[in-house]
Amino acid sequence: MKGIFIILAFLVVGEFLSYLTGGFVPGNIFGMVVMFLALQTKLVKEDSVATVCTLLTKNMTLMFLPAGIGLMAAYELIAENWISIVLNITVTTLIVMAVVGLIVERNKKGDKK
Amino acid sequence: MKDINILHSEPFILLITIGAYYLGNLIHRRFKYPFTNPLLIAITVLIPLLLVLDIDYPTYEKGSHAISMLLSPSVIALGYALHKQIGHLKGNVCRILLAITAGSIVGVLSVVGVCYMMGTPHLLMVSMEPKSVTIPIALGITERMGGLAPLTAITVFICGIFGNIVGPWFLKTIGVTSPLAQGLALGAASHGVGTARAMQLGQLQGAIAGMAIGLMGVWTAVVVPLVEYCLS
Repeated sequence: MKGIFIILAFLVVGEFLSYLTGGFVPGNIFGMVVMFLALQTKLVKEDSVATVCTLLTKNMTLMFLPAGIGLMAAYELIAENWISIVLNITVTTLIVMAVVGLIVERNKKGDKK
Repeated sequence: MKDINILHSEPFILLITIGAYYLGNLIHRRFKYPFTNPLLIAITVLIPLLLVLDIDYPTYEKGSHAISMLLSPSVIALGYALHKQIGHLKGNVCRILLAITAGSIVGVLSVVGVCYMMGTPHLLMVSMEPKSVTIPIALGITERMGGLAPLTAITVFICGIFGNIVGPWFLKTIGVTSPLAQGLALGAASHGVGTARAMQLGQLQGAIAGMAIGLMGVWTAVVVPLVEYCLS
């Protein structure tokens, strides 16, 4: 229960920080940073949030399921532009993934030598 | 009339949603292919089910609200994952920043490239430029650049699902095997949905992916206006 309380408290703090900075970076991203800092500085004990955090992050896929079903409602918008959407997504997502992945992978190998 | 009410009730919608997710996980554990992805299975099971039971999207959205509400707390929980894995990051800060910077620039430019080749209208192009970024940030970028918010939300989300499904397989194929690189690539290219997948690969991958969402979001917010300025 303490873990849930801490997470919700950081979410509120995150939302407030987001509000202060003009709402550009979402509150949950701020909350993630606050959670990280609180754990690093031992302001929050690891044990108190471990169970809830592990449960939540392990099942993150579930949280996206309702939004995935939302694609059903956006059918028309997708149908109108589907070639452009599909090409953009497949090609560019793989490019980003390859660039980021390979930069980290290559440099890492370089270091070990 | 009574059963119809049960079918449209919140517990029933939660039941089939979690049921579909559980089924997806079961199948995924049994058969490990890119297309036996839990999210993909759950969506392909749920959509026909909702159509057959005549549950429309507004009803479903309302019923599944309890699950969507857990998204923000789980993003915060990524802070814990990052804390647990921070030891692996030491000495890698420079290459992480370099990779994310390159990733955000390439991400936006590749959309511009594909759109020019296809002759896609500028409005669509702007709407798709922030597609590798977490939805709240992407919507912020689109709004400022005058893009279509619904189109942005859709592309961002499909981009996430796509990365979630083919990401691990694709990364392995091109020889990206270190957990650090895998996590960063999944989070950078496919934001939260990619992070969910990274979490399934391991705690380290998930933690790094969560960090990549934030970095990628902020960087892309800087890159999109710059690219648009250069194009005009």
